[in-house]
Amino acid sequence: MAAKPKVPVEFTGAGPLNAPISGVLTWVDQRFPLMSLWRDHLSQYYAPKNFNFWYFFGGLALLVLVIQILTGIFLVMHYKPSAADAFASVEYIMRDVPAGWFIRYMHSTGASAFFIVVYLHMFRGLLYGSYRQPRELIWIFGMLIYLSLMAEAFFGYLLPWGQMSYWGAQVIVNLFNALPVIGPDLSTWIRGDFVISDATLNRFFAFHVIALPLALLGLVAAHIMALHEVGSNNPDGVEIKQHLDADGHPLDGIPFHPYYTVKDLVGVVVFLFLFFGVVFFMPEMGGYFLEYNNFIPADSLKTPPHIAPVWYFTPYYSILRAITEDFMLWLALGVAAYAILIWLTARCQMVKYAGLVLGIIVVTLMKGGPLALEAKVWGVVMMGAATLVFFLMPWLDRSPVKSIRYKGPIYRTALSIFVVVFIVLGYYGTQTVTPAGTLISQIGTLIYFAFFLLMPWYSVMDKTLPVPDRVTS
Amino acid sequence: MNKFRILVVSLLLVPILAFASSDHLKLDRAPIDEHDQSSLQRGAKYFVNYCLNCHSASYMRFNRLHDIGLTDEQILQNLVFTGVKVGDLMKSSMDPKESKAWFGATPPDLSVIARARASEAGTGADWLYTYLRSFYRDAERPSGWNNTVYPNVGMPHALWELQGEQVLAEHKVRGDGYMKTELALKLDQPGLLKPAAYDQVVADLVNFMTFMAEPARNDRKQIGIIVLMLLGLLFILVYSLKKEYWKDVH
Repeated sequence: MAAKPKVPVEFTGAGPLNAPISGVLTWVDQRFPLMSLWRDHLSQYYAPKNFNFWYFFGGLALLVLVIQILTGIFLVMHYKPSAADAFASVEYIMRDVPAGWFIRYMHSTGASAFFIVVYLHMFRGLLYGSYRQPRELIWIFGMLIYLSLMAEAFFGYLLPWGQMSYWGAQVIVNLFNALPVIGPDLSTWIRGDFVISDATLNRFFAFHVIALPLALLGLVAAHIMALHEVGSNNPDGVEIKQHLDADGHPLDGIPFHPYYTVKDLVGVVVFLFLFFGVVFFMPEMGGYFLEYNNFIPADSLKTPPHIAPVWYFTPYYSILRAITEDFMLWLALGVAAYAILIWLTARCQMVKYAGLVLGIIVVTLMKGGPLALEAKVWGVVMMGAATLVFFLMPWLDRSPVKSIRYKGPIYRTALSIFVVVFIVLGYYGTQTVTPAGTLISQIGTLIYFAFFLLMPWYSVMDKTLPVPDRVTS
Repeated sequence: MNKFRILVVSLLLVPILAFASSDHLKLDRAPIDEHDQSSLQRGAKYFVNYCLNCHSASYMRFNRLHDIGLTDEQILQNLVFTGVKVGDLMKSSMDPKESKAWFGATPPDLSVIARARASEAGTGADWLYTYLRSFYRDAERPSGWNNTVYPNVGMPHALWELQGEQVLAEHKVRGDGYMKTELALKLDQPGLLKPAAYDQVVADLVNFMTFMAEPARNDRKQIGIIVLMLLGLLFILVYSLKKEYWKDVH
């Protein structure tokens, strides 16, 4: 079926011209596993040959991480992390630092670009079942990267010290107030003050430039190490390691270098074209990448009439705002129905009772009269749960096949609806509260959670197609 | 199956379309041209004469006006008070504490105001252009002035001698099959300039303020074209490279 691609000749250093290079490499190799790292992760890392469009975004996420770190270093050289100077120092970068505007726009555009490529990368996982056994840890490391990235973006957004920086941080840190007992002390502890202030700016700066970049780099290394341990999934969701040639290489695999390095280079150039299109021609992106209000310096006495987080947080912000007192009854009914569903269908007695007990506890805390927690507590809980529920994907999906190509109509429809709901929630998160918007967000919230929590049932019911033995091209 | 999915997807997207429109303040489009240097230079003059007395533009340096074709001598002779150096920031000489007592609030810094005032209703330039033409006499305000774009604004009409005095008067308009009255601005006392000439002054001023909000804007667009062209060339190169390598992968 498929002709085996030629394995490129390994660089041996043979030949008179290469002798000095070869000597250096040998010297290094006797002290550091340079050539074996090169082989294990690039020249002899076999990746499925049928990667499609969706497989560009992992590499692009790495590229954006590098852009953010490099531009970030130069920004820190000129930025002043103090409430008195922060806003002015950003404008100083925009005006007086040579090419400062270019570095700053790359960094601000990079933040949004990071989320775009990461969301597309995660969507690829949902399409082709990249989270399924044996890749659960890759998915978990990836989700930890996503959470760290959200924290990194949140801390970084305070630094320009504009009105949206200030009030966005104020709203989000105040969420912790809602937690019972420890809430108010916890939010004061996070801020280092009773309101967002210089102390908050300084600690957010420390998190943004040191703590979270370190965490991100470590997690990215773990993500790639786990990936290279088990090998990449592919759009067919078949394991290429099950069909090896005489040399022990996968028949449907090709060395990452040079095949995917040259292919990813094409993706990189297309990405950079779009990226620099934004940087040079629409750095504000209509108020979505740089919010207009953030060109007004932070003012603790003037609350803006409309506080909206940056677009990449808005689906979760919608979920937060959707949980109102009126909605608690519906939410409690949803939880009760879910506990009953588990009771009726679970085979294991433990699961049945666990579902029942948890269901009763949650419903009591939602609607149990004096025992019930406030709706805003549940808003925070649901917002957190909406990000954390992704972690469960490897265990929620019980379909016998991995890839959407061989899954049935139920999953295809569920995923389509989920994507639309995610976008609709994101849209309403940018808007001021209206009754219609709240209702739509509430329905969206229920659908959002139903996509994940009902998956163990509908993924089994779905009519799957036969999976081919080898990858298709 | 696919048709069903498309139907579901489009039905789910309906809420966005149905509720996306909302009533925004209607703004006039600012007739500005970022490449018109004489307009920008006139705008700089108006800005220094009419705005800088109360407002600062304290992120902007006078010598950045090189970018709109002014030399150091021209800046020093025409735009700067004695004792101010050409590399200084454009600061108002008014004490913020005193101005707060006079106007009820310190006049905001105007360096980036043209970016801050952008919204779904229009660009920051549109907002400023409409705002500066929407002052009217209001005896109930401490300053004697009010504004339809920014109701109860603390700022008096700084350009009144050019525009004259407007009032908010009842005005008959055609509704759906009946005549209704609406409040609209009307020029009551003419100023030094005819309305069209005043609009041009405001346009020049707003053109300058848009430049001032992001002096690097023209640079970035020029560099951007070169960068995108180079990336276009690079695309041809890397795409050919990819095709060459991949021709033996089947």
